[in-house]
Amino acid sequence: MSEPIIRFENVTKRYGKVLAVDNVSLSIGEGEFFALLGPSGCGKTTLLRMLAGFETPTEGRILIDGEDISRTPPNKRPVNMVFQSYAVFPHMTVAANVAYGLVVDGVAAPERRRRVEEALALVKLDGYGGRKPDQLSGGQRQRVALARALVKRPRVLLLDEPLSALDAKLREAMRSELAQLQEKVGITFLFVTHDQDEALAMASRCAVMNRGLLQQVATPSDLYEFPNSRFVADFIGSVNLFEGRLAVDEPDHAVVVAPGLPTRIFLDHGVTGAADSTVWVALRPEKIELHKRADGRGPPRLEDTPEGCNLVPGVIRQIAYLGSESVYEVAVDGGVSVKALRSNLTRRDQEDFTWDEPVWLAWQACSPAVLLS
Amino acid sequence: MTDTPGPLEYLRRWPIRAWLAVVILYLYAPLVTLMAFSFNASKRNIVWRGFTLDWYRAAFADQDLIVAFGNSLTIALISTVVSVVLGALTALLLWRFRFPAKALLEGALGLPIVVPEICMGVAMLVFFTEVIPWPTSLAWPLNLGAIIISHISFSFSFVAIVIRGCLASFNRELEEAAKDLGAGEWRIFWDVLVPHMQPGLIAGALLAFTLSLDDFVITFFTSGPDTTTFPVKVYSMVRFSVTPEVNAASTILIVLTVALTAFALKISGGTVVAVEAGEGL
Repeated sequence: MSEPIIRFENVTKRYGKVLAVDNVSLSIGEGEFFALLGPSGCGKTTLLRMLAGFETPTEGRILIDGEDISRTPPNKRPVNMVFQSYAVFPHMTVAANVAYGLVVDGVAAPERRRRVEEALALVKLDGYGGRKPDQLSGGQRQRVALARALVKRPRVLLLDEPLSALDAKLREAMRSELAQLQEKVGITFLFVTHDQDEALAMASRCAVMNRGLLQQVATPSDLYEFPNSRFVADFIGSVNLFEGRLAVDEPDHAVVVAPGLPTRIFLDHGVTGAADSTVWVALRPEKIELHKRADGRGPPRLEDTPEGCNLVPGVIRQIAYLGSESVYEVAVDGGVSVKALRSNLTRRDQEDFTWDEPVWLAWQACSPAVLLS
Repeated sequence: MTDTPGPLEYLRRWPIRAWLAVVILYLYAPLVTLMAFSFNASKRNIVWRGFTLDWYRAAFADQDLIVAFGNSLTIALISTVVSVVLGALTALLLWRFRFPAKALLEGALGLPIVVPEICMGVAMLVFFTEVIPWPTSLAWPLNLGAIIISHISFSFSFVAIVIRGCLASFNRELEEAAKDLGAGEWRIFWDVLVPHMQPGLIAGALLAFTLSLDDFVITFFTSGPDTTTFPVKVYSMVRFSVTPEVNAASTILIVLTVALTAFALKISGGTVVAVEAGEGL
């Protein structure tokens, strides 16, 4: 990463006794599409508002382009924000809304007009300049807010839950549009969301927060495939978590004994945890294969796994049919319930497995992630 | 379409229609009568004797009445301007800031509205004669000072409450957005807050103006021999006899206030009604 454009240095924010942001250090590079992700109340919005200038850190510093801006008022910072409610000025026309920041800055009228038109074209609102906000749809109002912020050519564009107020179809369309827009203008985008799909779909990097603490900063696929804690594994996507004991830990393989499972879990990599310590094995539902067990069919063969490992007999208890895929809840012999996901590849596929059917659950040695916390 | 009214067509049922007719009759018949008899060519408000404009001529020729009318308008105008500014600032203070005794101030704000007017009148009388006597010999319009101050003291709280209601619906993100785009506090106030308060400002001004224009009780106690207002003057005229001249003067006042209200409604796009109705005054 080149010289970071934003640096949070040991930033802490307290409201009375409540710790909203707890000693967060984070660097964001030029041109990144960065997501702050976490459940409500995790401190992500506070972090964003501290960057915008609406809150000041109790401890620590925030730097933009190497300059400490922790105490700079919001109207003097090189960042602009798209608010959750869009906050489009209702008494001004679309053009006046977009021009507002330039008027305040004293940009001359001809240049102002040109830049407003440019910004409106950028968000595909050409010709809407004369309208009032109450004549626009929610999606169009958001575009006005985007244009209004981008017209000022900020170093960083902040977006507070940018898609939460849109309906489902529009939200999906806006995801790719925002990503395209960011590519076109090349400005660093920092957005806050509680929606993991949104973060995974749009961001180039995500920071997951919980209770004011930064849990993990990684690319979307690393977050999903290599979570560093139970919280991240559970918060991003759906997961089966097995608590167990680290029985074998060699450089090229490891074995976990989980009391909830009748067989041992074999892994094709070392864990570097203390021997015999408690670990958690996170296994994504789509990485579990379902095989029929009826009529005395033997267990399937797993290539990279020793006999008897990563294979669990069970019975299907619940089926959630989701159209493109089905989620099967399997009661394992021994009592634990495991979720397995299967794509419905053909039009009749979902009928293959049925309720109370005995099945084998199998997974590759490379599939599970081992978590130490 | 059948002839039996549907479940929600209340206006097609005769008891409702009769009720409506009675309400409208008692609401508007007195006003219509008053206005009609101002054109009556008879000295008594009983029988119609033909159309005339004599009473309007008489009203305009009555120097005392004209002076009283001028006083009323002057008082209403000044007290409106002052109460709108004061009320708006009070509303902003209560909306924006937290400070000790805020609840007390909020409660006190409602006092002029709940305290019986007669008590307010007596209080003002005592205040302006005993505590801080207002000199009666000042030149016009300074001699109206006592009346103006007492009018402001009750109408500004109406204004403050109306604007407070208006501010309650303000989205704080608008303020932050303006700040984010580079505006300072002063610009935010004029560019974002004032436009949002506009319906409240107009409704408040309208309220203050009409409250002041037709106030009798408090004015009665604070006015001197040379500082009569229109309502006080009409009262004294009526004590001798109800002449059509009073009708004519009242008609002018009614037309004036209705026109003013209509104008205010037009420029505020009808929001005044919502604000005034919402406040439940």
